Amino acid sequence: MKHFDVIVVGGGHAGCEAAAAAARFGANTALVSLKSTDMGVMSCNPAIGGLGKGHLVREIDALDGIMGTAADFSGIQFRLLNRRKGPAVQGPRVQADRKRYMQSIQSILSNYRNLTFVGGEVIDLILRGDRVGGVVLGSGEKITCDAVILTTGTFLRGKVFIGDVSYAAGRMGDDPSVKLAERIDDFGLQLGRLKTGTPPRLNKKTINWDILDEQPGDEDPVMFSFLNDKPVARQVACAITHTNQHTHDVIRNNLDKSAMYGGHIDGVGPRYCPSIEDKIVRFADKTSHQIFLEPEGLDDNTIYPNGISTSLPVDIQNEYVRSIRGLEQVEILQPGYAIEYDYVDPRSLTETLELKDVRGLYLAGQINGTTGYEEAAAQGMVAGLNAAAAARGLEPVEFSRSTSYIGVMVDDLITRGVTEPYRMFTSRAEFRLSLRADNADQRLTPLAIEREFCSELRASAYQEKSNQLSECREILETSSYTPKEIKNAGIDINQDGTRRNLLQVLAFPNVTFNDLKALDDDLHDVDVKIADQISKDALYANYIDRQKLDIAAIQKDEGLKIPHDFDYEAIEGLSSELRMKLSRARPMNLGQAAKVDGITPAALLLLLSRLKKGQRQRKLA
Amino acid sequence: MDTIFALATAQGKAGVSIVRISGPDAENALNALSSLPVPTGRPSVRSLVGKDGTHIDEAMVLRFAKPHSFTGEDVVELHVHGSIAVVQAVLRELSTIQNLRHADAGEFTRRALENNRMDISKVEGLADLIDSETEAQRMQALRVLSGELGKLTNYWRDKLVRAASLIEATIDFADEEVPVDVTDEVIDIIIKIRDSITKEINGSVIAERVRSGFEVAIVGAPNLGKSTLLNALAGREAAITSEIAGTTRDVIEVRMDLGGVPVTLLDTAGIRDTNDVVEGIGVSRALDRAAVADAIVYLYDDTSQLAAFEGDEAVIRLRAKDDFGDYLDGISGHTGNGIEGLIQQLTQRFGEMTRDVGVATRERHRIAMHEALVHLLNAESIVQQGPEMYDIGAEELRISCRVLDTLIGRVDVESLLDEIFSSFCIGK
Repeated sequence: MKHFDVIVVGGGHAGCEAAAAAARFGANTALVSLKSTDMGVMSCNPAIGGLGKGHLVREIDALDGIMGTAADFSGIQFRLLNRRKGPAVQGPRVQADRKRYMQSIQSILSNYRNLTFVGGEVIDLILRGDRVGGVVLGSGEKITCDAVILTTGTFLRGKVFIGDVSYAAGRMGDDPSVKLAERIDDFGLQLGRLKTGTPPRLNKKTINWDILDEQPGDEDPVMFSFLNDKPVARQVACAITHTNQHTHDVIRNNLDKSAMYGGHIDGVGPRYCPSIEDKIVRFADKTSHQIFLEPEGLDDNTIYPNGISTSLPVDIQNEYVRSIRGLEQVEILQPGYAIEYDYVDPRSLTETLELKDVRGLYLAGQINGTTGYEEAAAQGMVAGLNAAAAARGLEPVEFSRSTSYIGVMVDDLITRGVTEPYRMFTSRAEFRLSLRADNADQRLTPLAIEREFCSELRASAYQEKSNQLSECREILETSSYTPKEIKNAGIDINQDGTRRNLLQVLAFPNVTFNDLKALDDDLHDVDVKIADQISKDALYANYIDRQKLDIAAIQKDEGLKIPHDFDYEAIEGLSSELRMKLSRARPMNLGQAAKVDGITPAALLLLLSRLKKGQRQRKLA
Repeated sequence: MDTIFALATAQGKAGVSIVRISGPDAENALNALSSLPVPTGRPSVRSLVGKDGTHIDEAMVLRFAKPHSFTGEDVVELHVHGSIAVVQAVLRELSTIQNLRHADAGEFTRRALENNRMDISKVEGLADLIDSETEAQRMQALRVLSGELGKLTNYWRDKLVRAASLIEATIDFADEEVPVDVTDEVIDIIIKIRDSITKEINGSVIAERVRSGFEVAIVGAPNLGKSTLLNALAGREAAITSEIAGTTRDVIEVRMDLGGVPVTLLDTAGIRDTNDVVEGIGVSRALDRAAVADAIVYLYDDTSQLAAFEGDEAVIRLRAKDDFGDYLDGISGHTGNGIEGLIQQLTQRFGEMTRDVGVATRERHRIAMHEALVHLLNAESIVQQGPEMYDIGAEELRISCRVLDTLIGRVDVESLLDEIFSSFCIGK
């Protein structure tokens, strides 16, 4: 019988990133998926990144993951969102060529020597006691392993809806995973149901492009990967059109035929990605909605009309799409549909994304109630690294919400659960000014180097940049100047008599890095990118200092671990209600315990005193 | 590590109040109040002087160097005269010192525990105390929320959520059909909140609360002498008393001083089923007010009435109209029987409840409002500079919401998202 350290089930964004991470971290890894040619498929919109999401991709890249590299390789239109706002809220986004993206992912994966592709459907899991120890394929073949990562996306009891037609499917054209769903039922996990939708795909050749507004990419494209600096694929523009009163009438008159409004779907959909039916009902006074016409690839005739996902019947889809300017003669290549699927309440997971009750089984991606390629890949990274760590007997790799968006997401998921498909926003990160897309490498690459899952290429690039940054900081911090000296150098500054070093001068909003060059000749030699990074840090210096105390408090609580088998019944003085709540939530550390509903300061103290007692006893023993 | 402070003793006019400061900046804090240095381990008497040069109090000051202190950190204890004004002034001065903040419930104990300065077995005993402190703070907050200040804080919350969500919408949904520049609307909102908070800091409601202190509701069936009891306690004719049951139809308040603690007595309409609309309103108000009062004096004249408020620890049950002390739990406003005992019982109860709650909690609210105001003003000038500065403006708004946490409740990202999704059609 074959054996692997880690088996990843599913070849979507979570699965591919998980497999790469596990392999990079030294685990002998297998990726099991139906077809090897499907690995890295973008089943929804042909774009990567955005606000919050772009931050996640940068973090994945900083950890030497694969999504950023593939996005850069396939990028046919790059845009840095919020370019005119501060660097903390800028998010890189790209229109990706589907085929190039899949090619890139598959070629990167094929370069991992300890990663094996296994074709087939996983229909069951092998259990050893309360641990998962392998998978059973549809062919009957059994493969054993130390850890399994499930990344089954929308395949768990997936059901596709087009108008009043519905059938079981994992996504358009694929069967759902029914048997696996039954096995998961046996674990007694809390399941919920979510839905999401897609727009009809249009034939590029049947669109009247001449009358539509163009949306070009940025003139100086910003890449995802810290190792890349310019696009490789040919760059193209998107176009913008709008719905109109007539479109709205068609939809309004046929609402009862929509799967969502006809009462066929119970699952909860995302509020930030409503169907066109939803938009017209909820914002009835709006007479027009924007639609982005996004090409799915350079040599692909498919256009993804972003903004009109729907579950109306095909003939109505045809009618409303053709009422839109530029689409009067359009041909629908594939109708829009809604899909409803099961997810596992992520509160049943630990911060390594392993199930608390089924050791050795990790979940990542949409199965945990999230939406989006980037969110999925980031979870794949967490699960892949930790499954490999567990298989190799190493310490877990944990992410704190004080140092990464990945940490924010994992913490949100496992402590608060989800009520709608979870998507990343920059506003979810309370330390947003510190957790920027531009400094993801400074925040996370040291972790990758220290834990040895970083390639040498990246490690040396990182070292080089770090050295330059500290050299530049040293120049800026070494000498201090009086307000008068600073003024004489042409910098308008408050004459308050305080001596300041150049880093402090740079923190003033009206001062740029170039202004400082008059005060120190050495600054002429500093690389533009390094100067840029230093300026961004200086811009937020006051706020970042303020946040340091909060971050220290969070990290202290996160450092106080609660053993997996901790007995809450043994805590005297704790009410039975709180005992029950804590036993159910099973927080992994004191920080998580504090977030359990109803926990009082006194309860936390009691818990802390028990933990300290436990520590002392262990020391004695 | 930040430095924390709090009133460590119960308040009361006669006694001494101890304000404890713990953390790396404890000595700096002391130096800010006293020009003369204080040696460790030896009590010293010092003049405490505010930033503006006003004399606050002559205090006995104790300094403990780490790790030889209650918390294991540098600790300063200020033993000041136990007047509300002095304690308030000290807390106010401390709140203005950098890196100092008011301690949360149980925080001194937690630090002691972390630094192994406390026997673990003692923590279990302390838990009850901290719980009651937490509960008292919760009640205090509830009282704030049920009054006029409550309406205000709801208003602040709504406005802050609106302002923050407008900014966040332009940030997180920049590629959607949301407005690009929300400066005017946001500035408009910020000005409204900051004016309202400024008025509050300088103004009446908090002062009112400081004066009013604890609430004691007198409740019971009609015509049991509730108003007579109130008049006897207050020493003047505050409520109209008569032989006709149901005379008191609204809630009547009398402020008084009970053992150094400011107390508001509430005389309420007799609780009974009634067809009189006005009286009915009075009864429901009586029950509302009683629910948030710090103590309830429940009068009865028949043991069948004892079922009311069962299990509520805030209730003191007394037999009404016991003019001559025939019952152990008897009371009479008419003859004064049992009144001394009731005053003692209430004073003791509030003594336990206050610890650092009464004045300190209100002072904390004031400090929070003040800090929120500072950040609102920052936000105003930053947002004014347009969308390029929204990231920093948003941060200032976030800090404002966070410091007002105890007053307006936690403003979670979900509240912002709710507001965004209900205002804008998001979704490509």
